[in-house]
Amino acid sequence: MNHTYAPLHLTRIATAIQAWQGEIKACDLQLICHKVSSAGGRLVALWARDMRADGFMLHVLLCDERGLLCLNLPLSDNEASFPDISRIFPAACRMQRAVYDLTGIRAHKAQDQRKWLRHAAWPQGSFPLRKDFVSPPPCRGRDRVGVDMGDYPPPDHPHLNLPPYEGEEANDRSRTESGTQPQDDYPFVRVEGQGVHEIPVGPVHAGIIEPGHFRFSVVGEKVLRLEERLGYTHKGIEKRFESMSLQQGAKLAGRVSGDSTVAYAWAYAMAIESIAHLTPPDMALWLRGLFLERERIANHLGDLGYLGNDVAFSFGFAQFWILKEQVLRNNARLFGHRYLMDVIIPGGVTAGIDEAGKKILLAECELLEREVRLLQRLYENHAGVQDRFSGTGCVAPKLAAQLGLCGMAGRASGQAWDSRVQFPCAPYDKLDVQMATHSNGDVASRVMVRFDELFESVRLQRDILMNLIGGDDLAYPLEQLSANGLGIGMVEGWRGEVMVAIHTDDAGRLDRVHPHDPSWQNWPVLEHAIMGNIVPDFPLINKSFNLSYSGHDL
Amino acid sequence: MYQILKQIIKTGIKTEAAPPPDDAMRVAPARLQPQILEVLGGSLNMRLVDAGSCNGCELELHALNNAYYNIEGLGIKFVASPRHADMLLVTGPVSRHMEEALVRTFDAMPDPKLVLAIGDCACNGGIFSPSYACRGGASGVIPVDVAVQGCPPAPATVMQGILTAISAQPGRAPD
Repeated sequence: MNHTYAPLHLTRIATAIQAWQGEIKACDLQLICHKVSSAGGRLVALWARDMRADGFMLHVLLCDERGLLCLNLPLSDNEASFPDISRIFPAACRMQRAVYDLTGIRAHKAQDQRKWLRHAAWPQGSFPLRKDFVSPPPCRGRDRVGVDMGDYPPPDHPHLNLPPYEGEEANDRSRTESGTQPQDDYPFVRVEGQGVHEIPVGPVHAGIIEPGHFRFSVVGEKVLRLEERLGYTHKGIEKRFESMSLQQGAKLAGRVSGDSTVAYAWAYAMAIESIAHLTPPDMALWLRGLFLERERIANHLGDLGYLGNDVAFSFGFAQFWILKEQVLRNNARLFGHRYLMDVIIPGGVTAGIDEAGKKILLAECELLEREVRLLQRLYENHAGVQDRFSGTGCVAPKLAAQLGLCGMAGRASGQAWDSRVQFPCAPYDKLDVQMATHSNGDVASRVMVRFDELFESVRLQRDILMNLIGGDDLAYPLEQLSANGLGIGMVEGWRGEVMVAIHTDDAGRLDRVHPHDPSWQNWPVLEHAIMGNIVPDFPLINKSFNLSYSGHDL
Repeated sequence: MYQILKQIIKTGIKTEAAPPPDDAMRVAPARLQPQILEVLGGSLNMRLVDAGSCNGCELELHALNNAYYNIEGLGIKFVASPRHADMLLVTGPVSRHMEEALVRTFDAMPDPKLVLAIGDCACNGGIFSPSYACRGGASGVIPVDVAVQGCPPAPATVMQGILTAISAQPGRAPD
């Protein structure tokens, strides 16, 4: 490959997809980003690493049609800031703010310097992903907020094995006089004018949804502006990886976002295997493809059902969720877990399939094709459904390109990126995946792309089942990684490209693991999609994207 | 319309029998008197707070509403406001950013109220704990009546937990 980005000396990263890395100087960062952007490239992820003896390292992962490009920018300890790239890639804005919240490295002269992932769990000026971070001691909820606990919970019940509360007094300074945690004072942008009012929603939503806060500025029913406030499900996942073995890390990676467990586990395993220079057995790679397509099928079925439900067509919910339940039950029966958690491990997979299992899945393929085609016809011919879907929550292709909309939602707005097609790793190099795209960018387009991808995944599942050949090996042993390695794994999950980057330390342990969800790119675009629509259409638009909170908040 | 009706008839009834209560899931002794349970007739309003879960438990809670588990058929339903709720379901390891929202939701519910910890994270912090950003489970923040383990617990298990919480505890005279 011949990257023509002038000041770059690139080395190949030994991973299953095309990826290069190169060290750059701060003054070249904007220049290279600009070149990649004007050549049609995108920003994939942005993260920083504490290497304190040598300062910090900022990693910017870009992508163009040739593959991934990881820029490594060393930063000295005493002036830890880097040039702002959010003017080139708007999606970088929140990532840069998160980098500051977690590692204390600021984007120099960035327009938006507000906090993003930090609310009130740790104080300003303290950075969790620095190696010298001292966790603030947890304070006891029952004393603090005046909940009468009675004699609950019984102290030694086996189901409730709680960690001890140590050093509670030390946290007093973080409490306000009323005895509660300091409020998360977040400066929302206010829209002013005659008749404008705000509707605050969340973090606890009305339905069974993950938590996040939405601030609508509306005139009458019409939404002028939506501002999102996320970070409520921040669990410290990245810090948690640092204390884990490779196997524990695989389990944690599979729980970054529960609906994309296969995608994360595969991306994590791919990154580990790239450091270890290990290629899993053929059989394992085919099975990973099978699991990933089954995850896509299950999620698209569920969301198509809910999209019907959100336009008062509960028949759609009932029908699609019967199909989804059958897929999940087949997963549990054949592979041991309804959502396929922990079936992908570094080095291979833990569950295989026999001839009887193949028969069950082939019968499932037939059922899905028949039933989903019928349901698609019912959705398309239903005037009420189409009236709500068409023209709602529109993201025009030009805006989508500008903001970096990716994944399934991107493809519904004319962004023809699918890493199964552009960077096919095994088994996709033998499968000839057909990409589904649409150019209207409304809810109806996202529904159509979901239907198309569903049928394509069923076809792929059938192809994979016919091709499941190879030895009996499901996994090769993998215990130790080489020191100071960088591994990158990227997988096209049902929502979009899921990336995991792994750095190892001097002893080959996990030093820094950065999982990246496509929701980082797509959440800001949702703010644009709702503009000019009416408030009651927000649940529908939101569901048509169905972005991850947990995968974003980490 | 004809097609929709035809499909409904063709689909038939998928609902399966509900699992029996399991007293091993109780963390706290039963607090409801058998007479109240008779009045309630098994009817129950539930509110969910996701206190930092990975979304896995939510997927299974969604599944409770599908035709196979049909939890509304038992008179049990999810409501939008904690003020309408008799029972609070909590998922996730209680991220510290969600702690206040969880406590305020609990406070907003009228008494008597029941709390279910759903999934390993809500029971004991799960894989995410210990962490600077998590409280390590629901019972450190609000009183828990029933703990439903699993990662994520299957819908039938969640249902069993819910039915346990609203059933009388054998061999124990309520206060």
